[in-house]
Amino acid sequence: MTEQIQNGTLTVTDDDFVLAVSEDLETDRNYASQGFWKGVFLRFKNNTRAMIGLYIILLIMLLSIFGPMFSGYGYREIVSVRVDGTDVVAKSLSPQIAGLHKSTGADDVFADKTFLFGTDTLGRDLWTRVWYGARISVMIAFVTIITDMVIGMSYGLISGYFGKTTDAIMQRIVEISNSIPRLVIVGVLATFMPKGVWLVIVALLTTEWIGMSKIARAEMLRIKGLEYIMASRTLGAKNFRIIFSDVLPNTIGPVITQVMFSIPIAIFTEAFLSFVGVGIVLPQCSIGSLIEDGFNNITTLPYQILPPIIVLALLMLAFNFVGDGLREALAPRIEDM
Amino acid sequence: MPDKILEIKDLDITFKTTAGPVHAIRGVNVDLERGETVAIVGESGSGKSVVMKTAMGILAGNATINGGEIIFRYTDDDGNAQEVDILKKEKRWIRQNVNGRRIAMIFQDPMTSLDPTMTIGNQLIEGMIMHLNLPKDEAKQRALELLKEVGISDPEKRYKQYPHQLSGGMRQRVVIAIAISCYPDLLICDEPTTALDVTIQARILELIKTIQKEHGISVIYITHDLGVVAKVADYVNVMYAGRIVEVGNVEEIFYDPKHPYTWGLLSAMPDLNTNDDRLYTIPGSPPNLLHEVVGDAFAPRNQYALKADWKEQPPMFRVSDTHYAATWLLDERAPRIEIPEELKNRIERMKADHEVGNGSRL
Amino acid sequence: MALVTLLIITFLLFLMVRIMPGNPFPSERMSADAIAKKRAEMGLNDPIFVQFGNYMKNVLLKGSFGKGSSLYNGAPISTVLPQCMANSFKIGGISILLGTLIGLILGIAAALNRGRFWDTFCTVLSIVGVCVPSYVFMIFLQYFLAYKVTIFPFYFDASRFLSSSVIPALSLSLFSMSTVARFTRNEMVEVMDFDYVLLAESKGMYGTKLVTRHILRNALIPIVTVIAPLVVDLLTGALVVEKIYGINGLGKLLVDAISGEGIDYNYVLALGIIYSALYILIMLILDIAYGLLDPRIRLAGKKES
Repeated sequence: MTEQIQNGTLTVTDDDFVLAVSEDLETDRNYASQGFWKGVFLRFKNNTRAMIGLYIILLIMLLSIFGPMFSGYGYREIVSVRVDGTDVVAKSLSPQIAGLHKSTGADDVFADKTFLFGTDTLGRDLWTRVWYGARISVMIAFVTIITDMVIGMSYGLISGYFGKTTDAIMQRIVEISNSIPRLVIVGVLATFMPKGVWLVIVALLTTEWIGMSKIARAEMLRIKGLEYIMASRTLGAKNFRIIFSDVLPNTIGPVITQVMFSIPIAIFTEAFLSFVGVGIVLPQCSIGSLIEDGFNNITTLPYQILPPIIVLALLMLAFNFVGDGLREALAPRIEDM
Repeated sequence: MPDKILEIKDLDITFKTTAGPVHAIRGVNVDLERGETVAIVGESGSGKSVVMKTAMGILAGNATINGGEIIFRYTDDDGNAQEVDILKKEKRWIRQNVNGRRIAMIFQDPMTSLDPTMTIGNQLIEGMIMHLNLPKDEAKQRALELLKEVGISDPEKRYKQYPHQLSGGMRQRVVIAIAISCYPDLLICDEPTTALDVTIQARILELIKTIQKEHGISVIYITHDLGVVAKVADYVNVMYAGRIVEVGNVEEIFYDPKHPYTWGLLSAMPDLNTNDDRLYTIPGSPPNLLHEVVGDAFAPRNQYALKADWKEQPPMFRVSDTHYAATWLLDERAPRIEIPEELKNRIERMKADHEVGNGSRL
Repeated sequence: MALVTLLIITFLLFLMVRIMPGNPFPSERMSADAIAKKRAEMGLNDPIFVQFGNYMKNVLLKGSFGKGSSLYNGAPISTVLPQCMANSFKIGGISILLGTLIGLILGIAAALNRGRFWDTFCTVLSIVGVCVPSYVFMIFLQYFLAYKVTIFPFYFDASRFLSSSVIPALSLSLFSMSTVARFTRNEMVEVMDFDYVLLAESKGMYGTKLVTRHILRNALIPIVTVIAPLVVDLLTGALVVEKIYGINGLGKLLVDAISGEGIDYNYVLALGIIYSALYILIMLILDIAYGLLDPRIRLAGKKES
């Protein structure tokens, strides 16, 4: 009745024609196991760019913590050598390494010293200052953005959860604060605040929370309608509990991604404010003030500006890579077939 | 001599994805005679849409065609019979000579298949101006007639509207009007009713059928809905994990299925008459084609799997001239395994219903 | 609506500048009496709403923003502003046009040649654009093109507007160019896989017609939304670029007003209002562009009115 129409080199033998039903027929092997966060972690780990970004961030952080120690100079220490009873200051030296440096003659009194990035016009070691500055910049960024995250998330969650009038009022406020360009806020702040770290921090605090609150609110609006929230409400859960234990965990992914994109903005803003002269005040230093120093001497000592610019660029790059990686890991694009 | 309008032979396609290569189509053969209707049935992810997108030359950029042929036969503008392998033609040629002009396609979701920034009218006349070289006002006249033909009232008004101003059923009618605007020989319907309300589904199917009859078009249905198949198809291809596992005419597939997967599909069809409390489902889920399949891809979900199924891909066994199935159960050496009792009863009922003449065509 | 927002913002700015602690008079040498007299003269003792009312009356009716205190020897702000605005708008306008146009072209080229040269170029550009702030790029350009090789002037020179606006416009447009390029590329790639593009292709559309009619138009809709934040970044960038390049523009004015010895309150206020107005105006324009591109929004708007 039936016959084979296709005859290849078949490996099946007569013995193979017995029932051999899979033992765990009912188990779905394709979609089993692998939790959400484990998947995110794996996808992130497989993303070369994101991992490069992560390594760069870690490297810069390590250097900014331990870098200044290696040099043996303080960030505000003016390096000098006593020659014939007078101090000779190591002003504006090019990068040099003690062992490899070729002495230019008897008056090269710093031949035995190492300045990896050279020294600035006052005779301070730039290596120390760059990493010290990076430390300040990154710290400002982290502190403000984490604070912004807390403010923004609470704001967005509350606004989204209560809805109606509360939401309407809170969103009007967001809309208005969103329509004031950041530099106007900086300008106004500068009229009554002293220049310095705090001006930078407050300027960042007043602007960066908005993005986070939008994410949190959108997520809240999305989740609010889902069944498990209704279920937990029917079961008598209080507002507070619903916001913080049911919705919050779901917003963490996108908010952390936003943090990764906000940190470079914060670093950039700090650099820019310090460059303009309303940020970090001397003798403190940050990436921005170092770039300004370098810029002031660019025609005579062009190498001075490179280290802080490279560190700034690497930081921006790395955080953006990590942010992109996180976003992709959290919401993998389904390849269409 | 049978006149095959479309012949897909040993099509084999791999997709590059971030997770690795996915071997989505693993040697597919489909034939379509002129004027007939063929259905390709399978679960989502079985690759049924991919096959048809390949025939249209609109495959995603990450796909690689490893082998096979898609032979399309048509009469060119000078009246000569032509035979081309679509896979060997370049995109531009396909667009100018095949797409819309000779093979048209209807997509699954009318909500997403019309360009939201363009009026219905402009989307309709676009193809006619290009393929039929009609001047704009003539194209518009024909567009209005087409809209009327697909059952849209007040075509003048609709012509100027944007897709978002129309309901889902109406949009699908527009998509159909676009598809038939250039007198194609072959119409590919990719789940044309899945996204629509049940009440509208039947009317859209009826519309496609009428058009098919009037214009003498061959139709390929891609669907997972056996109910649709029963209503429209002459021949059925059952597809699983990138392969055709059973092919036959509609009666053979519904009344005398041979492949355990087809049994599963038929058993899983919702049916008012079943006394069972539970709806039958096929256990498990389709295999992940990231991993190369050894043996029969269905074996892990098969209640009647043989040892051979785990070792070697079964060849197509011939059941009749039109009916073939790829399962080792059809080998002479296989133990005799009968169709599950429940399904047998169901088939009996379907046959009886059919004789009485109620319900679907079967 | 936009006007109301602007009014609220203006009031907020006014409030902050006027009532926050701080000394509005640049000179520390004035006696307490003199200060009190000056305050009364300037109407600083009136209730805040009266002050605001007077201020708005001056701004709206006379176009006067008051006088500067430390900048330009206290000349009326309204005499300084026009020249600065002209400079800023010209350079800002050139850079945003340059950035969006070149960005669009690059993005389209990248999307149509996925995985090939233009795609890689676009990726590299977007990485550079993201990690190099405009003023840093500016410093490089200035160093190499105006100092090492003197093709362009080292500082802005109004009499040689064209050649001296190349460096600032180019550096300001880098960021918007790279962002628009990356966004256009990603949007287009996404739109290309949408059903309606597949339908257009299966109708037989190809080449330029397919790209301009179906893909680009739909991809442009979300691109419009990124242009707004880009404008803000441009304003910020212009601040430093104008300062570095010595351009008499709004940005330099603001920097001078806040970073000098005494802070010039009236300038801060005036500039704050101008910047906010500008920003809201741009948002409005983008909203309209959005409606033009997307019939869903255009038609929804019509029904309301």
